[in-house]
Amino acid sequence: MNDITKEILKDVSDYSGDDYQYAYNIREDGCCVGRQSTDNIKIENKPDAPGLVIRVLPGTKGERVSIPACVTHGNVDDVVYNDFYIGEGADVLIIAGCGVHVSTGEPARHNGIHRFFLEKDAHVLYEEKHVGKGNGTGIRSIDPVTEITLGENAELEMDSLQLGGVDRTLRQTSAVVGKGAHLIIRERILTDGDQEAKTDFVVEMQGEDSSVNLISRSVARGHSHQAYRSRIIGNAPCSGHSECDAIIVDEGTVDAAPELLANDVDAALIHEAAIGKIAGEQIIKLRTLGLTEEEAEAKIVAGFLK
Amino acid sequence: MLTLKQLVWTAPGGGKVIQGIDLTIPDNKLVVITGPNGGGKTTLAKLISGLEKPDSGQILLDGQDITDLDITERAKLGISYAFQQPVRFKGLTVADLLELAAGQTLSEQEACSYLIRVGLCAKEYINREVNATLSGGEIKRIELATVLARHTRLTIFDEPEAGIDLWSFNNLIGVFQELQESLNGSMIIISHQERIMSIADEIVVIADGKVGLHGPAEQILPQLLGHDPGCDQCPMKEILYYGGEQNE
Repeated sequence: MNDITKEILKDVSDYSGDDYQYAYNIREDGCCVGRQSTDNIKIENKPDAPGLVIRVLPGTKGERVSIPACVTHGNVDDVVYNDFYIGEGADVLIIAGCGVHVSTGEPARHNGIHRFFLEKDAHVLYEEKHVGKGNGTGIRSIDPVTEITLGENAELEMDSLQLGGVDRTLRQTSAVVGKGAHLIIRERILTDGDQEAKTDFVVEMQGEDSSVNLISRSVARGHSHQAYRSRIIGNAPCSGHSECDAIIVDEGTVDAAPELLANDVDAALIHEAAIGKIAGEQIIKLRTLGLTEEEAEAKIVAGFLK
Repeated sequence: MLTLKQLVWTAPGGGKVIQGIDLTIPDNKLVVITGPNGGGKTTLAKLISGLEKPDSGQILLDGQDITDLDITERAKLGISYAFQQPVRFKGLTVADLLELAAGQTLSEQEACSYLIRVGLCAKEYINREVNATLSGGEIKRIELATVLARHTRLTIFDEPEAGIDLWSFNNLIGVFQELQESLNGSMIIISHQERIMSIADEIVVIADGKVGLHGPAEQILPQLLGHDPGCDQCPMKEILYYGGEQNE
């Protein structure tokens, strides 16, 4: 593992070195530089494509699996296919960080295609952290694809965080939510300079009493641009909620296009969206507490993306 | 001590809202500013805290001319302003706001102590976001807690009764009484409420952008209560109407 990977791991992973007790796989420029399975979580190579098959045995509780992917120089286009099979009644934490480091003018990209299959009553907290690093002018791209299939009464919580440095991102997430299952997605994105972030969600609620709660918060600074798309489809008695809040600073731009489709009379779908600059009264309030205008803005943005 | 000298402020539309106010707020006193809606009370609070700049006149804090200082500079000199309509923040928690107010990291125990003082169950609120899910009474108390956390020498409360229910209001009186007892500086409360005026050391009546009456509460309050409630300019009318309207 090279030094840049070690630096990226500090930002995107909980991997702590040789004493790390949980299952993990560290990917560096398309190669595996470290792997560990445990009694309950098995990590193997995917037979038909670059990537991993990760199996969590039924009933596994309180364990985690960390699969950071690091691109440490330009001229790399890393595509990886990771499949997660979560057994009945398991309850685990999955951490899938990704960092792209560029120190030249050459571009670098990581494209992780993650598929989750949760069996009955399984619960997963999925944390995804993305960063771009290095002084190079090459474009840093991270294009994650996440496909989620939730079995009966399963629940997946996805916490997705990208707080700078990534020049281009296209984030595509799709889900099929089964009977009594719940999907919760919290996404936070900060873009600056000339960065672009596009995010696209499609959630199909197929089972009775299924639900989705999709919360996106984004800040577009500089001349950056963000686009938000969401499509929630209620094919059964279900509840769906999406909330897209964006703050624009400087010359940043954001467009949001949420879509709701109710194909069942008992599908209750709600969308909320708000885009705007930081409210002047918020800055004034923090200034009355002794902060400067710049400090107030920084606190408001940090709190918004927390 | 806060001294206002011949303050004048004109609204962007051209109306002269503050028309030459001279006023002294002594140390360690609770002063209630009251008067009819549209009379200039909130504007006066904004002029003192720096949210608005006067056309002319002077504002002195302990003899220092602060007229040209901005909001941040005045806050650092020890002026606190509790908004009539507290601001909501998506993402910032009550604990975050209290720490920003205190200007330092607070232990959970310290942060909770401010919430307890304003009658909130600390554990229930400390990690809540200061967002639209809070009721009017809750956010008003949090606003008061942030002001308490600042320990400043001049605190201005703009209509603390606005937007809260009667039950919350009754508890607020207790908060102000406790504040008054532990006061280490001056406190200005803009209010229409007789019960708040009754705990004041001094009362100032502002009407038509000028100081109408100013004196010890025991002298001014009976005059206000004795007015004919039918008079258009009479503050008594608003005292009788529980709460008055939010204004300015």
